[in-house]
Amino acid sequence: MRLRELVNSKELLKEWMIEKLIWICGISAIFFVFGIFFFVFREGADYLLRGFKVTEFFTSIEWYPTSRTQVRYGALALITGTFSVTLLAMFIAVPFGLGAAVFISEFCPPRLRESLKVIIELLAAIPSVVWGFIGLTIMNSLILNLFSAPIGLNVLNGGIILALMSVPIIVSIGEDALKAVPDSYREASLALGCTRWQMIFRVLVPAARNGLLAAVLLGVGRAVGETMAVLMATGHSIRIPGGVLEPVRTLTATIAAELGEAPVHSDHYQVLFIIGILLFSITFVVNLTADLVVRGIRRK
Amino acid sequence: MNENKHSIETRALSLWYGEFQALYNVSVDIGHGLITSLIGPSGCGKTTLLRCFNRVNERYGNVKTSGEIRILGKNIYDPDVELIELRKSVGMVFQRPNPLPISVYENVVFGLRLHTPAKELTRARLDEAVEEALTDVGLWDDLKDRLKRKATDLQLEQQQKLCIARLLPLKPEIILMDEPCSALDVEATRQIEELMLELAGRYTIVIVTHNMAQARRVSHECLFMLMGELVEHSRTEDLFINPADSRTADYIEGRFG
Repeated sequence: MRLRELVNSKELLKEWMIEKLIWICGISAIFFVFGIFFFVFREGADYLLRGFKVTEFFTSIEWYPTSRTQVRYGALALITGTFSVTLLAMFIAVPFGLGAAVFISEFCPPRLRESLKVIIELLAAIPSVVWGFIGLTIMNSLILNLFSAPIGLNVLNGGIILALMSVPIIVSIGEDALKAVPDSYREASLALGCTRWQMIFRVLVPAARNGLLAAVLLGVGRAVGETMAVLMATGHSIRIPGGVLEPVRTLTATIAAELGEAPVHSDHYQVLFIIGILLFSITFVVNLTADLVVRGIRRK
Repeated sequence: MNENKHSIETRALSLWYGEFQALYNVSVDIGHGLITSLIGPSGCGKTTLLRCFNRVNERYGNVKTSGEIRILGKNIYDPDVELIELRKSVGMVFQRPNPLPISVYENVVFGLRLHTPAKELTRARLDEAVEEALTDVGLWDDLKDRLKRKATDLQLEQQQKLCIARLLPLKPEIILMDEPCSALDVEATRQIEELMLELAGRYTIVIVTHNMAQARRVSHECLFMLMGELVEHSRTEDLFINPADSRTADYIEGRFG
């Protein structure tokens, strides 16, 4: 009898420990996110409160962090750089990604579907530096030849690379959203005499609207935050692009390129962290929106 | 002549899902304007047979059929048959009410919008179709002020009536019902049954049901199926009071199933 109690209490202790361990694993994510935000903010806070010119940062294109005569931190060109590349990437990736999601979920024979999904996941697993390398070599010479552009590393190059990187996310989340549409809607519309296309456009897409939007927003988040590939593919020139064949530099690429050179705790170093805060805020808002949108589906 | 008497005729209809044969040589004539019940134990093929009549079971891809199904005198497996036209004249109501996640109004006119060129669809015509269809199913008084409401927010019985209503603007000849009351309570079931009796005559109704009492209450004729075969087809009273086949007798007396 006592032996049994002993065994029981041992089992209970084990249960308790496992429970706590799992709890810590779950909670840790929150801890890390706030931790990262805190440290990034702390590195930039001093300058942010002391001498940071908000208007110059957002409206000037003059980014001269190491000028001897007059240091200027105008990030407008970098911001437009990020947005132009992201916009172009989404312009390519959204139709492709959603189209692929519709194909996989509605048209694909089951066997092809499985292999396609594996391949798309493989696409997501390619390291960003490899994408950058492709941009630097293959895409570069392609763009030089096809468009006879003066430089092959530009918005177009970065946009295509980023599009290829965001497509897997858009496809897999978009496909989940379409799969989550109850089959009864499909049967109802087919039985009323819909063609497949009518079913997709009149029933499935409206029903999966939130999930598809979330897929797009997560793709945007991916594109905004991507660093290495755009650093290598966009040509690294600080200016507001007048067309897709002009080189730019993004916010992320600026941090990656300059942080190593900036003396620790100098103004320049701190401004780079402020850019980090800006990026963090952008992706945070985008992801939060996506998340709220996804929650919106479940509530219905 | 034949066409006036029978809405649906099948001849030696067999059906396979992959290797599994679900229907064996079913030959049946379903009378025009009648309510015909398909009864039998689970897995006897009654839902499969029903889903043949608008060819909706072909969406699973591994379905093979042989024999023929003539609907209003036309074999629906003929290559020149338009699936879309077929489904326009053969409507279907499902087990779970499945209104589309759009407004009540749009649900009712959904079929019209599919089958009519947009420029012929004036607001007045759509409004009229909605009022007529909802009046026919007895929803108009309840819903006329809430046509913009999302159909999926309605009560289940209203949803099921709406699912019937949305077939009517297409002027179908035949309405197929796959256990239309199994998700509904007693009162709602009674209402749907009354509705079926009102619609009979104007439409040929074929209903699959597990509920033998329901088959007895609503249908003019009954088909009893077992293991993919048609065992007996007769007037409802005859089938329940004086079944010709001993298997039918065993089933309706509850010895199996």
